Amino acid sequence: MASYVFTLSSPQETEKFGNALGVNASPGDVFCLDGDLGAGKTTLSQAIARGLQVPADCYVTSPSFAILHEYPGRIPMYHMDFYRLSDSTEVIDLGFEEYFYLLGLTVIEWSKRAEDILPTDRLGLFIEMGPNDSRRVTCSFSDEKWHARIQEILSESGLQYEILEK
Amino acid sequence: MLILGIESSCDDTAAAVLRDGRQVLSSVLSSQDQIHSRFGGVVPELASRNHLENITPIVQSALETAGCGLENIDLIAATQGPGLIGSLLVGFSYAKALSFQAGIPFIGVDHMAGHLLAVFLESDVTFPYVALIASGGTSSIFLVKSHTEFQHLGRTRDDAAGEAFDKVAKLLQLPYPGGPHVSKMADAGNGQAIAFPRAWLDEDSLDFSFSGVKTAVLNHCHRERQSDSALQIEDICASFQEAVIEVLVEKTARAATLHNVDTIVLGGGVSSNLRLRQAFSDRCHKDGRTLHVPRPAYCTDNGAMIALAGYYKYHQFGEMHHGEDVYSRSVLG
Repeated sequence: MASYVFTLSSPQETEKFGNALGVNASPGDVFCLDGDLGAGKTTLSQAIARGLQVPADCYVTSPSFAILHEYPGRIPMYHMDFYRLSDSTEVIDLGFEEYFYLLGLTVIEWSKRAEDILPTDRLGLFIEMGPNDSRRVTCSFSDEKWHARIQEILSESGLQYEILEK
Repeated sequence: MLILGIESSCDDTAAAVLRDGRQVLSSVLSSQDQIHSRFGGVVPELASRNHLENITPIVQSALETAGCGLENIDLIAATQGPGLIGSLLVGFSYAKALSFQAGIPFIGVDHMAGHLLAVFLESDVTFPYVALIASGGTSSIFLVKSHTEFQHLGRTRDDAAGEAFDKVAKLLQLPYPGGPHVSKMADAGNGQAIAFPRAWLDEDSLDFSFSGVKTAVLNHCHRERQSDSALQIEDICASFQEAVIEVLVEKTARAATLHNVDTIVLGGGVSSNLRLRQAFSDRCHKDGRTLHVPRPAYCTDNGAMIALAGYYKYHQFGEMHHGEDVYSRSVLG
């Protein structure tokens, strides 16, 4: 498991990074967004949607209540939120697993609540609040292909990073 | 005419029997807050598996309470969308099957149409009116031109108002359900104590944004904790509540002015908030407008509003083909 750690020092940097993630996304990708309330999971999801060319009049809103929103884009975006779920059995009951293997991008907020059923090949984005409205992001994955993709995304966003291997 | 209404778009399975678009003979739902509260958050019975378990007893109970059988029903209405496909399918397919088996006309209705018209379960309202529907999943302003014509004027760009209440409750470690607890604490606090931001967005926009005020509450709590001050929970709740309510009231009033409408209607679970009702009542009184707020049981999701919306839609457009399917995004724009 490798991790890339970097800081988003302004909302503009968050926008750039999210946009680059959306531009880079390919069918079947699963992005897992975790972090406390107010960390900026929905804000990052909105930027990803813009990079994915979700039309501007399709507002990307918090899916906490509805659990799943679908958006049209360059490829479909399945925006999930496990905030109100207690464990993976509820995710299975809702039939959400099949979305992971469709031809869209799945973005999951509060994914840790159902970690055991997430696909092994996924991109984890853990967001922590830092000083002066900055955000510290830990980007982790197990499939080697993500090294090249993440480096490309980070260089497009002009972000300096640190790599942790464990 | 007796209408059976079935609703399963989100957490609740609900059914009701309505006579002639007005008289509610029964209204039954599956939600039980005490079951969820042990999780310390909103953990609903939301899986469609639960709708599947609930649907037959809930519909039976609605018929029994109304003192009738399926043979007395003249129309079956069910929520067609928006919502979770898996959940919607349970109620919608069940309604279609009942209709097919018993030879009763069937109609699918939009969940939002139900909320927009719920006021007719209790009052006669003249068209056109402006309606604010605020709940855990929605914060939208509509212009309602008739029982079947709705124009979407504004909606949230991030969090819904009810969701902001729930998440602020969670931040302050208040018990579930969050909204009523925040309001209760707010009663004992000073709404002017902390200047939380109001998101007005672009000058002409009737859209909402409540994500920022949630983060502002979070930042306020961090700062207070860092300086070792005790959190004034009551003041935080009151100031947060004022910030949300001020924007809801102002934008709804602005929509009414813009469309030259003198009646305002509220719906959705947040409409049960007493301070919100008071603020709307004061504002409407000042502006010379009439305000209608259904009782709380008709503001939250229920089968009666679906029966009602179905009744009017059926009279306008006739019955729906059984080949129709559910949809996840609202068709009301």
